[in-house]
Amino acid sequence: MRLALATLRRLLRLGLILLCVAGVSFGLMMASPVDPVDAYLGPLAAQVSPEQRELIAQRWGFDDPAPLQFGRWLQQLMSGNLGVSHVYNQPVGEVIGQRFTRSIALLGSAWLLSLLLGFTLGVMAGAKERSPLDKVISAYAYVTASTPTFWLALLGVLLFSVYLGWAPACCAGPVGVPSQDIHLATRLHHLVLPVSTLTLLGTASITLHTRARMVALMRSDIATHAFAQGATRADIAWRHGVRHASLPALTLALASLGELFGGSILIEQVFAYPGLGQATVEAGLRSDVPLLLGIALFTTLFVSIGNMLADSLYHMVDPRMRRPRKPGSIAS
Amino acid sequence: MKAAQPRLRALACSGLAVLLLLALLSGQWWLGDLPGRMQFDARLAPPGLDHWLGTDALGRELWARTLAGLALSFRVGLLAALLGSAIALGLALLTTLSPRLDALVRLLIDTLLSVPHLILLLLIAFALGGGLQAVVIAVATTHWPGLARVLRAELLQLRAAPYIGISRALGKSQGFILLHHFLPHALPHCLVGALLLFPHAILHEAALTFLGVGLSPSQPAIGILLADAMRYLSGGYWWLGVFPGLGLLLMVLGIERIASGLRRAL
Repeated sequence: MRLALATLRRLLRLGLILLCVAGVSFGLMMASPVDPVDAYLGPLAAQVSPEQRELIAQRWGFDDPAPLQFGRWLQQLMSGNLGVSHVYNQPVGEVIGQRFTRSIALLGSAWLLSLLLGFTLGVMAGAKERSPLDKVISAYAYVTASTPTFWLALLGVLLFSVYLGWAPACCAGPVGVPSQDIHLATRLHHLVLPVSTLTLLGTASITLHTRARMVALMRSDIATHAFAQGATRADIAWRHGVRHASLPALTLALASLGELFGGSILIEQVFAYPGLGQATVEAGLRSDVPLLLGIALFTTLFVSIGNMLADSLYHMVDPRMRRPRKPGSIAS
Repeated sequence: MKAAQPRLRALACSGLAVLLLLALLSGQWWLGDLPGRMQFDARLAPPGLDHWLGTDALGRELWARTLAGLALSFRVGLLAALLGSAIALGLALLTTLSPRLDALVRLLIDTLLSVPHLILLLLIAFALGGGLQAVVIAVATTHWPGLARVLRAELLQLRAAPYIGISRALGKSQGFILLHHFLPHALPHCLVGALLLFPHAILHEAALTFLGVGLSPSQPAIGILLADAMRYLSGGYWWLGVFPGLGLLLMVLGIERIASGLRRAL
């Protein structure tokens, strides 16, 4: 009962936030210098007289006050109509669906791998503070945390595709082959480089976080007691540390979905991988307003669900967290 | 001596930071027009004694362009971090005034944090039409919520402190308390927060520019240099891609170390 109420409250909050995001992004689009009539006409704009333009503006209600337009847009949104993307010449919902199914392979595997790798590295580093292993892993994490995503991807292409020729440099499959004919192995081969780049970058924060938890545990009374009983460091790390640090790591990974998505935009751009990230950039560069709005709402939903899961995981698993204090984090 | 060491280190860090700042800000002056000068007899020259980091497709010196790009990134990052932390400070101070304002600010923070950073950046840069100003505003607007959340928590804790209660009981006005108690307490946190924002701001500026919605292609920004390098990648002109990114990495790493050194000293 209590859980249901809490869930309901969360859902209401999610709805409110989505509404706010819709309002903010709609406001931004209204403020943009792109003329909606031009955007609608596309290349035909040169053949249309000013009178006709006025008619079009009247027909679509571009002269109405902004709140009225917002209300109308929201109404359409509620009935599931996201509009038509003029870059791809398809309904926005379809574009997002298609692109997301391609991106999810990249996002999902990178997410899982970075969680596993980051957690393992963090436990190994934190088990013995200031050991050579700890120094190496910490240095790695600090450096990757400051590395520009797209630069690492670029180096990956340079090294593995141009010089060594091990992995393809672009796209989700060989150029010119229809997507249903591509073999699964080929697909995976094309995914290796993007996924590993995204993974390498995603591990940094999880590693550092896990390491901090492990270091705190190793200094705690629990560890002292276990040492007194003759347990080895590896024992403590395995029996106490992994349990102690696994939940925060999972939470952090869920809460950083937004970051991961941002990374995937850049990586898809470098590898010309036809996913949602590339569609976002295309929409931004070629002023496809409906697609941009749709993607903003969709990714917000995606990220918010991640955040919600992260929050409720704590509540469900850890009874001490019934009244949680938000951990302060600067500029995630 | 031991107790003084973190402060000593912080002092050294700040000194280093000031030096770096001066070098980067004066970069424009001593580089002159070198980043834009074309040498048609030395196009795509590999790194060597004549051309330290090689040249690009128009025969422009890569080292000069990289330095100019770093200076530009630095300026954008500085402006964005200052603007962002000013917004964060202002809104965090507002939350202390009334619970209703607090709820409003919290909703705003949650809204902005639930859109992926890069998407929001793209939206804002798109709405403002690109260029230096748009990038600074976009980066500032996307980066203040994290800091504001920390400051808000800090101030909420402070509000329960006895001396605030005494001040209130003595009949001091809300404005007085804001100005004389909350602001001095929040300012150091805000400064450190701004420094920690700085590397993020620089990285996001570069990312935005790389995607093509940020700074204009005529400016030697790091993002532009790397986007340029993408086109010549398959020809094996590795220096175009490696050096600008390396410069950016080193700068970001340096600032990050300085910032965390300062935070520890505080």
